[in-house]
Amino acid sequence: MTETATHTQGGFAPPVRFAVPGRIAVSEQVATRWQTATLTEIRRETARAATFRLAVPDWAGHLPGQHLQLRLTAADGYVAQRHYSIASAPDDSGHIELTLDHVEGGEVSGWFHTVARVGDQVAVRGPLSGFFAWPGDRPALLIGAGSGVVPLMSMVRHHRARGLSVPLRLLVSARSPEELIYARELGPETTPVFTRSAPAGLPVGRLAAAHLAPLLAERPPGGWEAYVCGSNAFAEHASRLLVAAGQPVDRIRIERFG
Amino acid sequence: MNSTTRGFAGRPRAARPGLPPGQYDAGDDWPVLSAEVTPDLAPADWTFRIGGLVTEPRTWDWEQAHALPASAYSGDIHCVTGWSKFGVRFGGVSLDAFLDAVRPLPSATHAVAYAHTGYTTNLPLADLTGGRAWIVWEYDGQPLAPEHGGPARLLVPHLYFWKSAKWIANLELLDHDEPGFWEQNGYHPRGNPWQEQRYSGD
Ligand SMILES: Cc1cc2nc3c(=O)[nH]c(=O)nc-3n(C[C@H](O)[C@H](O)[C@H](O)COP(=O)(O)OP(=O)(O)OC[C@H]3O[C@@H](n4cnc5c(N)ncnc54)[C@H](O)[C@@H]3O)c2cc1C
Repeated sequence: MTETATHTQGGFAPPVRFAVPGRIAVSEQVATRWQTATLTEIRRETARAATFRLAVPDWAGHLPGQHLQLRLTAADGYVAQRHYSIASAPDDSGHIELTLDHVEGGEVSGWFHTVARVGDQVAVRGPLSGFFAWPGDRPALLIGAGSGVVPLMSMVRHHRARGLSVPLRLLVSARSPEELIYARELGPETTPVFTRSAPAGLPVGRLAAAHLAPLLAERPPGGWEAYVCGSNAFAEHASRLLVAAGQPVDRIRIERFG
Repeated sequence: MNSTTRGFAGRPRAARPGLPPGQYDAGDDWPVLSAEVTPDLAPADWTFRIGGLVTEPRTWDWEQAHALPASAYSGDIHCVTGWSKFGVRFGGVSLDAFLDAVRPLPSATHAVAYAHTGYTTNLPLADLTGGRAWIVWEYDGQPLAPEHGGPARLLVPHLYFWKSAKWIANLELLDHDEPGFWEQNGYHPRGNPWQEQRYSGD
């Protein structure tokens, strides 16, 4: 902020200053350059979601939580561009993984799920947006629903790969155990919430204050940095629960998939 | 790289005049993309201030802002994430009416818009004058929903929508450009959808 702004604010002082974690530098050159990515592997996660592993030889690296822009080009020159979170941890040199939900009638996710095969090439650029990134240095409370777990999984994987000791908790909402993405990889850091059907002994219902209470009660040193990701409806719901439970608004980062 | 993608035809489509490059028509959807928590902001608590390089800084409350001549925008909006929305209708007041009251100094060339949440975005003053920007509180004849920036947001429809700061609180006029929240995050300083000014360097 400049002198001018500070001096003339008068009655108005912004209650929150949003900031990208200070140690994240966005390289403009890297972020805007389109690169060719080659599909090297497709892994099914659930009936509706699959992971697409891409070789991107000049990938400059990313931080857990960042996303990229992806472009498909039709023979007549028509292009479709979408944003996708990066699922893999940063260290997977020269490779990145995306996990896509198969959206009914979706142009880009439809291509990935019904046409794409190993060897295909697409264009990507990024990484983008440092705001939702987690470099692994603060206690992180991760809350996601559906494919909103994708950028959070990058954080969990990073935490594991580096053997970090900073507290990390994941609260993930899915319709059913069958629709829980990365189910086999989730560990003791994770609390699943099932909204339609649950394994015997677990309740069915949507994310509620009672799910957050024990996690917020942990109060790690410095407090939680909360990361909320999913559909807009979920993001609204989860962020309001967090605020009501006392989490400071400027320690809540939200990635809305639309 | 711009080689074609094997087996990708795209959805059957008619040429859509008015759709900037790289955008798709979101139809009836209106996606929400804000990084922060939607604030609990009642109209009675909303204020809008213009300060900085002006002759007479001023703050309007809800009633005072509504006493200005009503002005509407009908047309299209474009989000940097790729969707465009056609034929939307917003109601509010032209930003010119607010600026006329504070009389910008000749040295003012740019502005930073502040939201009540602390979100910021920068704009050349020329993009805010001449009937091209509004403070709006109605969408389709209804009060603007909180998640879309209600009670009131800035509307600059000829630029990507991250410039149309939700929960608008303050406009600070400056004699230089000063990057806001997304602009410090690698987004383009101006954001013209027709030139695909998405990220800095575009
Ligand atoms: C920052 C960010 C990160 C994201 N990360 C992920 C991620 O990790 N994983 C993920 O799965 N998604 C992610 N998304 C969502 C993703 O960008 C896409 O929105 C999603 O994949 C749907 O794209 P699509 O092309 O398949 O569907 P679209 O073609 O965009 O269609 C979306 C819906 O609209 C309907 N529709 C739209 N236009 C028409 C038309 N003309 N005719 C018929 N139907 C139509 C479709 O039927 C469908 O239901 C992210 C979004 C953002 C903003």
